[in-house]
Amino acid sequence: MTNVPPTTIAPPEEVPPPPPVPALEMRGITKRYPGVVANDRIDLDVKPGEIHALLGENGAGKTTLMNILYGLARPDEGEILLDGKVVDIAGPSDAIARGISMVHQHFMLVPVLSVAENIILGEEITRAGGFLDRAAARDRIAKLAEQFGFDVDPDAQVAKLSVGQQQRVEILKALYRDTRILVLDEPTAVLTPQETDEIFLLLRRLAESGRSIIFISHKLYEVLAIADRITVIRRGRVVGERLPKATTEDDLAELMVGREVMLSVDRGESHPGAVVLAIDDLRVKDDRGREVVRGVSLQVRAGEILGIAGVAGNGQDELVEAIIGLRNVSGGTVTLAGQDVTSAAPRQMHDRGVAYVPADRHRYGLILSFSIADNLVLNRYNRPPFARGIVRNDAAVLEEATRAIGQYDIRTPSATIPAGTLSGGNQQKVVVAREFDRDLTLLVLDQPTRGLDVGSIEFIHRQIIAKRNASTAVLLVSAELDEILEVSDRIAVMYGGRLVGEMDARTADKNEVGLVMATGGRTAQASRGAAEDGAAGVSTGSGEPPA
Amino acid sequence: MTGLRNALRQIWATMALPLLAIVMALVAGAVVIILSSALVPGHGFDPGLPLTAYKALFEGSLGTDNARVETLVQAAPLLLAALGIGLGFKAGLFNIGAQGQFLMGAIAAVAAAGALKGDGALVAIPLSLLAGCAAGAAWGLIPGFLKAVSGAHEVVTTIMLNFIALALLSFLVSGPLRLPKSPQPVTAPVSDAALPIFIGRDGHIGIILAFLAVPVVWFLLFRTTRGFEIRAVGANPDASRYAGMKPRRLIILTMTVAGLFAGLAGAGNILGINHQMSATFSTTVGFDAITVALLGRSHPIGIMLAALLFGGMRAGAALMQIKAGVPVELVDVVQSIILLFLVASPIVRRLFRLRGVKASLGTTDTMARTYGNEVIR
Amino acid sequence: MTEIPVLGLVIQFGAFILDQLPFIAHAAVAVAIPIALAAMCGVMCERSGVVNIGLEGIMLTAAFVAWIAGTVAVATFGSGTPTPVFGITLPLLIGLVAAILAGMAMSAIHAWLAITVRADQIISGVIINIAAVGMTGYLNTLISKQSPVGAGGFTPLQLPASVSDLPVVGWLINAIFAQGPIAISAFVVMIVLQIYLFRTRWGLRTRAVGEHPRAAETVGINVVRLRYRNVILSGAVAALGGAYLSMELTTSFQANMTAGRGFIGLAAMIVGRWSPVGAFGAALLFASSKAISQAIIFAAPANDLGKFLASIPSQLYDALPYLVTIIILAGLIGRSIPPAADGQPYEREAAT
Repeated sequence: MTNVPPTTIAPPEEVPPPPPVPALEMRGITKRYPGVVANDRIDLDVKPGEIHALLGENGAGKTTLMNILYGLARPDEGEILLDGKVVDIAGPSDAIARGISMVHQHFMLVPVLSVAENIILGEEITRAGGFLDRAAARDRIAKLAEQFGFDVDPDAQVAKLSVGQQQRVEILKALYRDTRILVLDEPTAVLTPQETDEIFLLLRRLAESGRSIIFISHKLYEVLAIADRITVIRRGRVVGERLPKATTEDDLAELMVGREVMLSVDRGESHPGAVVLAIDDLRVKDDRGREVVRGVSLQVRAGEILGIAGVAGNGQDELVEAIIGLRNVSGGTVTLAGQDVTSAAPRQMHDRGVAYVPADRHRYGLILSFSIADNLVLNRYNRPPFARGIVRNDAAVLEEATRAIGQYDIRTPSATIPAGTLSGGNQQKVVVAREFDRDLTLLVLDQPTRGLDVGSIEFIHRQIIAKRNASTAVLLVSAELDEILEVSDRIAVMYGGRLVGEMDARTADKNEVGLVMATGGRTAQASRGAAEDGAAGVSTGSGEPPA
Repeated sequence: MTGLRNALRQIWATMALPLLAIVMALVAGAVVIILSSALVPGHGFDPGLPLTAYKALFEGSLGTDNARVETLVQAAPLLLAALGIGLGFKAGLFNIGAQGQFLMGAIAAVAAAGALKGDGALVAIPLSLLAGCAAGAAWGLIPGFLKAVSGAHEVVTTIMLNFIALALLSFLVSGPLRLPKSPQPVTAPVSDAALPIFIGRDGHIGIILAFLAVPVVWFLLFRTTRGFEIRAVGANPDASRYAGMKPRRLIILTMTVAGLFAGLAGAGNILGINHQMSATFSTTVGFDAITVALLGRSHPIGIMLAALLFGGMRAGAALMQIKAGVPVELVDVVQSIILLFLVASPIVRRLFRLRGVKASLGTTDTMARTYGNEVIR
Repeated sequence: MTEIPVLGLVIQFGAFILDQLPFIAHAAVAVAIPIALAAMCGVMCERSGVVNIGLEGIMLTAAFVAWIAGTVAVATFGSGTPTPVFGITLPLLIGLVAAILAGMAMSAIHAWLAITVRADQIISGVIINIAAVGMTGYLNTLISKQSPVGAGGFTPLQLPASVSDLPVVGWLINAIFAQGPIAISAFVVMIVLQIYLFRTRWGLRTRAVGEHPRAAETVGINVVRLRYRNVILSGAVAALGGAYLSMELTTSFQANMTAGRGFIGLAAMIVGRWSPVGAFGAALLFASSKAISQAIIFAAPANDLGKFLASIPSQLYDALPYLVTIIILAGLIGRSIPPAADGQPYEREAAT
């Protein structure tokens, strides 16, 4: 027998199997809107049975990407592949037919219809003549519900369901259509921690049944708890892909938030005086009746800037509106310079020296069809010198407007053209000019530089600091972490309707604050533990860091 | 020179659309006339009929002294009622109730005139006119109050009140106000309260009142704080609330004033033209005034011009029917086509490549919302 | 002023109504038909999310077209012999079909303005109304000068006395079936519409589009196409009401003959809470007010009740439907809530 070297053909069972074809691949997706590139050559792939998280801040481009997948928008460049084949998705019904379903951040449920009616809408089972076969629908829904451990009453009216239940109806809608790829857009934004855990269990079961799940979120601990893979998007580009085991919250936060160089404004020292604004255990409901401010207490002193950081939608807008008097308070008190102003009207607050720069300047800040001059005197239009009795004094208005336009550097050819013709930055300057132009006790600003150019941002920051130096108490609410760090003396974070983490701005670490913004102080560890303990009763509560 | 150019450009921007709408409507009206000319007795198919018709229309409205006075007479009530409707539009309210407010004003004026018989014109005229204003104001107050307090949409409530006014009118004229021994139900003639004629054969002083109202409304809207508030609430109720304005009160105020103007128009007409009221009294003023307000883009000057246009059309229509055989209803047809063009303005603008022309409706001129009871805070 | 014992009056009134029930019920149905048809047209539109106050104009146009088409048909084909039941002739049928087409055409204009141009839907309705009054008045003035011969009208069913005299239900059968074909078809429309709106796929999608069009779009429903179809179809329903006026209730066209029925139909739709059966019921309610006032005139009771009733002005009965609607709108007797997206122009999210 000669020495024949052993063959190098491995036995069959050792041949590595070909890599599974991804259920979904998006290659080079680019989408431009006027003035902004929402998606910039994004690549994404999702395996069957995988839970894939899309992580990024508000406005990073996650929702645009998913809208393209669902047929609600068309990409300018790039292609989509399902199970390895290039497809062209013409619209939502086409997407549904191909097995893609989307659960939107703002539910697409018809409130007055029942659960069953909402689920079957668009996919109705009918008998002869177009009559709905409600029995068959109910059967199918019941089977699905049982399969995945739901508990739904098909005849309940959707308007009467809790938010968590409504979301489950949305997911049932997707399952009813034999979805292979389920996209969830910020699904836990409206859920309690308990409901969140229940949803996670459900998603696991769905993934185990072979479905792919895309999970859009900005919440770090959740993403680490539930995802199999994480893709981070920032400003329309993919900035990183991670496996949860191989990353940490710090790492993800850094990817999400990035390091940018901003023009820095010399903040100077603050010399806080007496307490001007005191809020005690404030509770406020949103337009749908849900409590979104869950017992907030804070104090702002004269000559200091308290910056409240937080991702939009954690109750900040409602908090500010309640302070100003544009929204009713359902519990707690607001005190201004020692006096109770909990139920004061906006005008009364104004007369007490409170100024407000609203987040939605088109709604509360300006009347776009009115002239710039009229907008500049909107808070004093019926007082001398702008009016004598009932008659307005247009000359005085114009004079004041010209002065303000010069002082606040508002770029406009004239004071009499409608405010709506100004750029966003100049519009905000009009609001600032109007609100800042007197001695103020308290200045409240909500997202004051959103959507503005760098020059306007710097200008407004300077104005804020000038007010603080003039002993005004300043409450600044912003989702832009850089802004908060630049301008504030003290920082607090708003998460899930509560204030978490108060710190001195000088010593605050950006990534640490970003972490708290995205997690509320709750970590992935605690979350995984909660999910394994099951849904019943075990909850660390949102906002409290684990002991 | 640029100042003049800018001013002209502004005027063109505001007036282009209404002018175009009028021209297109007249063209469409001409088409209607041609197509139906076969039916006009004594004509047969006649492509030249529109010219005859429009010539007669022009003659009947502007051709003679009498015609010009008649135009003013027809324009005056339209002007008053449309000023009220335009005021409502500025506040974001759609007041279709001018018809009912007009009737209530007329009836109240007649009733007051009857009660003041023998007291002399100096007393009877102002008091009767005031009665008309008050009745119209009340008829505007009701839907305004309902809207402010319960959110009941003013389109439906004002339509309902129109019909209630009709029923009330019929009842009063056939009953309490009826002239005894008259074969048909009519009220007593207004005698002392009849408005004196100051020009031509029919030009009563109500015309002066109507045209005086134009600068008054202009001043109110653009020079007073109250007018500022009305326009603000119509443009942006949220910002107005923040500025300390009270939308509820402004809604009630605006609807009441709108009713007052329509009531004054009714009073003026009955005291100046008809001099007594019959149970079959009917008028198109209330609805014409809506078109006038829309055509005039809710601005007092525009409304005045539009009222003159429509007043002229109504005045000349009779002569048009006599001379050209074209029925007076053509004015309604033209009216609806004008509205059609105004409303389809985005399409019209694209069709005629008008740039820089301001959008006609759907901006702050009118904001008809749904019937849904919206909460007014 | 003599004292009026209220309870006694109420009892007398009840007895009066019961006595006159056959007449009142029959008259109420006859009066209610055009109102109910207009109301059901409104229901179809507003359930889909489109406000339609042009009901009056659509009805008026249809009434005119029915008459004029019938007249032209008579001139072309001759009158023909009417069928024993309902008195149907070819010209009448042609008139009816023409009226339906005309109604759908008017609705199409409203649909285009409301859905594609996204104009203010109230103004669009006003345009329809003014255009209808203008065109029908214009053409009527021209045509009636020539005294054309019309196609006549449909005749009501004659029920045998044995049926209409049945003890408990006779008056009801009489009220519903001793009517012309259009009137009876109105009942059919009501039943069909009610069933379809709440039990078929079309109905579910319609209601969804009227409440939350964005949600409907995300499940693949074409909101624009659905609204167009519904609004145009609804025009056929309102056209039936118009044809009824000039081909069944009377046999010719008078200027402005709708006399506000379209607006009462609007009120009936609101009071009936946007359901076909509710709208029909509200129409009957409003019409019975008129029917009772007629009964009082024809069969005036002689006693105390008669004196009391004689002192009530007849115009009160005319004004009653409108008063009731205002009271309901003001929320005094429960809120009437329209479909959530009613009147809001819809903008497709996708596009390019």
